[in-house]
Amino acid sequence: MASFKINGKQMTVEADADTPLLWVLRDDAGLTGTKFGCGIGMCGACTVHIGGKATRSCITPLSAVEGAEITTIEGLDPKGAHPVQKAWQELQVPQCGYCQSGQIMQAAAVLKDNPNITDAEIDEQMTGNLCRCMTYTRIRAAVRQAANAMKGA
Amino acid sequence: MDTPVNTPILSRRGFLVTTAGAGVAFSFLTACDQTAGASNAPPFEPTLWYSIDNNGIVTVNVIRAEMGQHVGTSLARILADELEAPWENVRIKHVDSDPKWGLMVTGGSWSVWQTYPLYSQAGAAGRAAMIEAGATALGVDPASCKAENGQIVSGSKKISYRDIVRKGVAKTYTPEDLAKIALKPVADRKLIGKPVTSLDIVEKTDGTAIYGIDAKVEGMVYGCPILPPTRNGSQVNYVMDAPAKEIKGYLQTVVLKDASNTVPGWAVVIAETWPAAMKAAKAITLEYTPGPTANVSEKDIQDHAAKLIANPNSGSVLPLGNTNTAPAFRAAKSSIEATYTTATALHFQMEPLNALALQKDGKWEIHTGNQWQSLVLPWLATALEVPETDVVMKTYRLGGGFGRRLNGDYAVGAALASKAIGRPVKMIMTREDDVKFDSVRSPSVQKLRMAFDKDGNVTAMEQHVAAGWPTEVMAPFFMPKGEKDVPFDPFAINGANHWYTVGAHKVRAISNDLANKTFRPGWLRSVGPGFTNWALESFMDEAAHKLKMDPVAFRLKLLTAEGANAGTAPNSVGGASRQANVVKLAAEKAGWGGQLPAGTGLGLATSFGQERDMPTWVACVARVNVDKGTGKVKVEKLTLVADAGTIVDPDGARAQMEGASLWGLSLALHEGTEFENGNVKATNLGAYTPLRLADVPELDITFVDSAEVPVGLGEPATTIVGPAIGNAIFNACGARMRHIPITPAAVKAALV
Ligand code: FES
Ligand code: FES
Repeated sequence: MASFKINGKQMTVEADADTPLLWVLRDDAGLTGTKFGCGIGMCGACTVHIGGKATRSCITPLSAVEGAEITTIEGLDPKGAHPVQKAWQELQVPQCGYCQSGQIMQAAAVLKDNPNITDAEIDEQMTGNLCRCMTYTRIRAAVRQAANAMKGA
Repeated sequence: MDTPVNTPILSRRGFLVTTAGAGVAFSFLTACDQTAGASNAPPFEPTLWYSIDNNGIVTVNVIRAEMGQHVGTSLARILADELEAPWENVRIKHVDSDPKWGLMVTGGSWSVWQTYPLYSQAGAAGRAAMIEAGATALGVDPASCKAENGQIVSGSKKISYRDIVRKGVAKTYTPEDLAKIALKPVADRKLIGKPVTSLDIVEKTDGTAIYGIDAKVEGMVYGCPILPPTRNGSQVNYVMDAPAKEIKGYLQTVVLKDASNTVPGWAVVIAETWPAAMKAAKAITLEYTPGPTANVSEKDIQDHAAKLIANPNSGSVLPLGNTNTAPAFRAAKSSIEATYTTATALHFQMEPLNALALQKDGKWEIHTGNQWQSLVLPWLATALEVPETDVVMKTYRLGGGFGRRLNGDYAVGAALASKAIGRPVKMIMTREDDVKFDSVRSPSVQKLRMAFDKDGNVTAMEQHVAAGWPTEVMAPFFMPKGEKDVPFDPFAINGANHWYTVGAHKVRAISNDLANKTFRPGWLRSVGPGFTNWALESFMDEAAHKLKMDPVAFRLKLLTAEGANAGTAPNSVGGASRQANVVKLAAEKAGWGGQLPAGTGLGLATSFGQERDMPTWVACVARVNVDKGTGKVKVEKLTLVADAGTIVDPDGARAQMEGASLWGLSLALHEGTEFENGNVKATNLGAYTPLRLADVPELDITFVDSAEVPVGLGEPATTIVGPAIGNAIFNACGARMRHIPITPAAVKAALV
């Protein structure tokens, strides 16, 4: 059992302490925007923010989030119009889209910590997120565009 | 593939609709319900493929799977353009399986090419019906009317489609009438070829897009399969689940009985939650009698392929005209021969395989993302022991297809588990099991030979290809016949039947039966050309170097567009001359022949795409840098040129080229695994290492401006990047690569 905040709402879950957060989000909280890709922390599809940090929810046990503030793709922006989401829409980044919640959550966290990101840093910080459709050139461009928008704001 | 023949269907509003062959007969019987002007007027539904409702909203029915190619957007634009419907009024509906749709398959880069004639004609017929009904409503001569942006306009008078539908539409067309309806001139197109916002983007950025893995129903339980030691022929003897009973939520483990033999040896762990099912699966012990391939290795499969190639009587020779190469080789002044291989490659689509199965009102519902509903339906029916009409596939988005979900085998596992326990079962595979159960791209062995006369002209060529045959294993009815009536898998040999004029040309396709037994060979993005073109284009380079010719000049010399390579209307107008054109353009754009720093090289490769019947002309120049010390290859830039005829959705087309070319790079340098004890060795990331962002080179993509028939773009670029890289490595450092994936060790070993 654990209590925490998801997208601003308090939630208590009755599940084993070793249950991966990913499945609590998807099946208990009904937030299916966060995806399952590899289950071992190596694809990034399950990325959410815990205390503002990009975190792989598939390898985060429930016991580790007691009292935490968790944000999923559904809670990133009330209108789905975070600068990262807007850049993703404008550049039509998604193909199948399955990796993109994770990509967007990763990018949003990275840009918050590092608004003056360099191209090399974009590569380094985003390379842990696999995109099997290989939308990589657009991801690069969209992170850059979002960074510019966030600085301008 | 032919457009399927459907039986006539009388819809509830009495519209008779038939589609037969390429021709479409629409019968627009009366839709007039005497409530003219009513906002409850029924929609105008001129064909199976779309309707216009009483708010003027056009809903386009799409039978193709959405897996990232924005296929709905492309197909809807074709229809809406002819219909003169405003884009903001267009909606897309991905439909469930039903015999009325005919063959439901999404693959082979066929969707746009196949649907284009059908949807253009359907849209044009609707436009004509609107003009006629609009003219009546306005009290004017139809000849004075034109359709424009969802309205019928005659001088200063106009009426919207919405209002026409509210008045009711009555119109009948015979097939002859229909054939007379002219499609719009290219210059009048408003949607095709113009920038567009794909209709499925926003939901893929805010978490609302629903995929197969997100499907849920009341009362469902979760299933996690336990896979047997071999893909085929294993039998479960004993299940020991005592430790699992300690796990909260664990319910039971069922050993599946499968009359369709799709998932032999499967057990499925059932639990209240997926984590519990997964955890229980690890705690359960099973004893098997393993199938006969339990010890098979990659080397066994490849050695077997080489043995098959050495036997001149094995396989099927493609009917390419003059296939008698022996005299030319006997008379040759010189010749060249080389063997190429490719390793086992995985789909590794992002969304692990899953399906939700349940029985409702006597019918089976299968909720899953799938690319070929018509293929899996009979398997499901056989497994469940019900008629096919009792099984419906519910359509979901695919978190990547790439051909994996052409084979719907995973759905059978979910269905049988649900049948066994009498409850809805949501089956999800762990990534490791998804990989283990993959329909991999078979490893391949190929031998190529070429004969030259004393002047260095090519007089004959041979390509012998041995690999697992997906179509033989899963859809043998799709196999055409080669010489002597021996069937072959087109998807395991396409690409070898190229457009170069080489004199006598023998292409032999050989089914590797050991591969077919060990795994279920898959159609993996670009399928056969993924390996045939690797060999062909590497070999063309070797041949050019042997003749001391420039590899671009050598190719152009053979792309003469003569005889069988001249092309035919409508699909391959211009033939090999269009391939020559993309080769020239790519070379020019990449600065072919210019000065490069030491250790850097350019390499070119080209292809006609997936099928001779539907050529997409593509060429790629790769610029690579090779570190001679480590053998490490860095791809700096890929320059790609494609002639795919008319481009329906320019941004979508570009996205497909981006994805396909990076797939080619990934397969060439980053992927590949091997069989060991009957299973693939790499089962998750870490061991399997697809391309990541940090290794993505600069891409320069150009489309040739063309009004020819639109053809597919999902795959062709995949097949040219690998050989372009291999050829660039040779130019950079003299190391000739004959195996993919290319490893630093292989580069170092080939350095002389
Ligand atoms: S599912 Fe969590 S990193 Fe892949
Ligand atoms: S968009 Fe398909 S995996 Fe990234």
